[in-house]
Amino acid sequence: MSHATENANAYHSFLENTGERTGILSWILSTDHKRIGLLYLYSVTLFFMVGVILGLLIRLELIAPGVTLFGGQTYNAIFTLHGVIMIFLFIIPGIPGAFGNLVLPIQIGAEDVAFPRLNLFSWWLYLIGAALALVAMFTGGGPPDTGWTFYVPFSTRTTTNVSLAVFAVFILGFSSILTGLNFLTTVHRLRAPGMTWGRLPLFVWSLYATAWVQVLATPILGITLVLIIAERLLGTGLFDPAKGGDPIMYQHLFWIYSHPAVYIMVLPGMGIVSDIIPVFARKPCFGYKAIAISSLAIAGAGSLVWGHHMFTSGMSDTAVLVFSLLTFIVAIPSAIKIFNWVATLYKGSISLDPPILFALAFILLFAIGGLTGLVLGAAATDIHVHDTYFVVGHFHYTMFGGTGMAFFAALHYWLPKYYGRMYNKKVATYAWVFIFIGFNVLYMSMKIVGLKGMPRRYYDYLPEFQNLNVVATVGSWILAIGLIIMFVNLWRGIRHGEKVGPNPWGGATLEWTTPSPPPTENFLEEPVVTHGPYDFKGAGIL
Amino acid sequence: MSHTPHKDYAGAKFGMWLFLFTELILFGGLFILYAVYLSRYPHEFARAGLELNVVFGTVNTLVLLTSSLSVALAITAIQRGQRQLCLGMIGFTVACALLFLINKYFEWSAKIGHGIYPNSPHLKEMPAGESVFFGLYYITTGLHGLHVLIGATLLVWVFFRVRSGRTNQDDFIVLENAGLYWHLVDLIWIFLFPLYYLLL
Amino acid sequence: MTEKHHIVSYSTLIGVWIALMILTIITVAVSRIHLGAANIWAALGIASCKSGLVIAFFMHMKYEGRLLRWCLFIALVTLAIFIGLTFFDVLYR
Repeated sequence: MSHATENANAYHSFLENTGERTGILSWILSTDHKRIGLLYLYSVTLFFMVGVILGLLIRLELIAPGVTLFGGQTYNAIFTLHGVIMIFLFIIPGIPGAFGNLVLPIQIGAEDVAFPRLNLFSWWLYLIGAALALVAMFTGGGPPDTGWTFYVPFSTRTTTNVSLAVFAVFILGFSSILTGLNFLTTVHRLRAPGMTWGRLPLFVWSLYATAWVQVLATPILGITLVLIIAERLLGTGLFDPAKGGDPIMYQHLFWIYSHPAVYIMVLPGMGIVSDIIPVFARKPCFGYKAIAISSLAIAGAGSLVWGHHMFTSGMSDTAVLVFSLLTFIVAIPSAIKIFNWVATLYKGSISLDPPILFALAFILLFAIGGLTGLVLGAAATDIHVHDTYFVVGHFHYTMFGGTGMAFFAALHYWLPKYYGRMYNKKVATYAWVFIFIGFNVLYMSMKIVGLKGMPRRYYDYLPEFQNLNVVATVGSWILAIGLIIMFVNLWRGIRHGEKVGPNPWGGATLEWTTPSPPPTENFLEEPVVTHGPYDFKGAGIL
Repeated sequence: MSHTPHKDYAGAKFGMWLFLFTELILFGGLFILYAVYLSRYPHEFARAGLELNVVFGTVNTLVLLTSSLSVALAITAIQRGQRQLCLGMIGFTVACALLFLINKYFEWSAKIGHGIYPNSPHLKEMPAGESVFFGLYYITTGLHGLHVLIGATLLVWVFFRVRSGRTNQDDFIVLENAGLYWHLVDLIWIFLFPLYYLLL
Repeated sequence: MTEKHHIVSYSTLIGVWIALMILTIITVAVSRIHLGAANIWAALGIASCKSGLVIAFFMHMKYEGRLLRWCLFIALVTLAIFIGLTFFDVLYR
């Protein structure tokens, strides 16, 4: 007995320093996936907050038509930065970088990822990309004003810092590729004895599918960005009709990456939901295989549909038809997930803790976003809503209502594991209420005003749109209050919260078998897996 | 738990192949553009292709193919414990890389001397399709040349590892992975060569 | 821990190299004959043979397991899809 307590006290949590390095160097030069995960977590959260502030500024400008706070040039720069930061510095790297790193190796019973030094390099690339993006904002011609999509011809002609910003995104893309490469190799090579493919947690399946998209789609973004720089610096003219080029080819290349990118964004979020729902419904996951395979199906089918961003670009009618048809197909595996989650909840013993509150928000809000995606995917209706606020509403429902909520769910689910302390669940619930209400007020208004015809990326608009814009801006304030409460509560929780044991939620995946916080080597003894990830009886929890 | 340094030969190779796929797709984007513009400007592409020097192109092809042989021989050599031969073969590969880059330098200099470079006045007078051809040509061969340089640098680093014995008969994955990278550089050129130099 | 690695013999490698030299000469020769549109497909076909040899022997793929081969296949299919679907636009404008 005393031997056991000796062991329990003898372990070193990964948060403590045991090596030669101390202080900040022991963190920013660490190859421990858990430390790298936290490095990512703090970086992406910081940039999320910057993005939120930019978003609030946009909403302030739009509270009234005409110039309210600033004029067109500044507005263009602000929404460009909002998009670039949210997409490339928060959503794409966020869940894989933070929670993938923290959780994936432990969930498969490994000591670390396949290439720990490469992992650290990925984070450094992220930081360098972020720094370059900041430099692009404050030097020379000023922050880019093209929108995060950098469409030609404007992006090749504008005097703002497009080349530098685009180079920053290139570096960030490289970081994403290396993370994907690392995770693929990790899942293939480092699973613990007994951890068969059929016993992988669904979060791991989602990261696996995401990693394939990261590896196969991101390089196209790479070459597209190189081509923009070449157009600007060398005048190659590959997208310039005066030199024989085709601007629509830019759009093809851009969206060949950027559409699969939205699946990089959402798949890990879906994985988080798949992990959380069974735990808080106290029921094994319904349709494990279907959810696992649907992750791969979304990754695959999602690579076929990029043209649905280009229905009004001048593309051939044949292409419009083909891409519209393919877009409807990709809705199917997403729907399969939703049905399986709901089936898991059905007749479950549901405990409405913060993680599942955010997971439930994901299901509802992503479903709404997905359904509006069908309106966009149908070419006929898309012509009416393309480049309106309907699109802005759609993608905020999927990316924020989807991935964003999943990110918050993950914070509430896993932070107690990695810090060994619990936050105030009541306060977290209040935060959730504000967030949920503010979110819907903000983004539903956008969809309505978009259907009425308000274009996106305009700082000015017709007076008939004002009421809904006021409503949306108020919604943004409610949302912001909720976010502040949530982050302050979490911060206090990890600093001063009550300590928790290995398994505060009753999960059956491997991370809940190790102490909170986990030791540096992840496990005190090498795990041997004998049951599935949602087999609560087999894990001895139920 | 014991802490033997984590060495996974198959995992390292798998990771390298994944990286090669990313390179394949990176250049793939340029091949997408080539395919599209070839279908749009078949005659202009053929005419512009005539401007490129087939001799330079063929020599460079033969040089790269031979360098792929030498790096493959280097791997067999180290597997058989023939360190000197291995070092010689790596050196030969790097020499081929340098020869390729020197050829490229002369080739590009000649073109630029004739006023054929992105955004040149001469290019603006040409039919649009020819201008597009040369835009793609410079970007593709430029990016490829950069990869030749990177590959050569990688091989020089590996050379020193083999010389010091850190890469050896029992642990040669670094050489093998560098070799894989080098073969990719060769593979890209295998497609680049006929598409740009042999269009008629 | 030494694993049993397959070693490709010097003679195999040199044989492959000779084949690559020959295929290069063939592709240059074929390009001198005017076959119209077929020229590009002939060139691509020969390039595919050459790259097949490089991948199989120089890059060792012939002796690797199924996983690696499937992954290569997926990467190639992905590229083919990108090109193919783009042509639904470009060919039918």
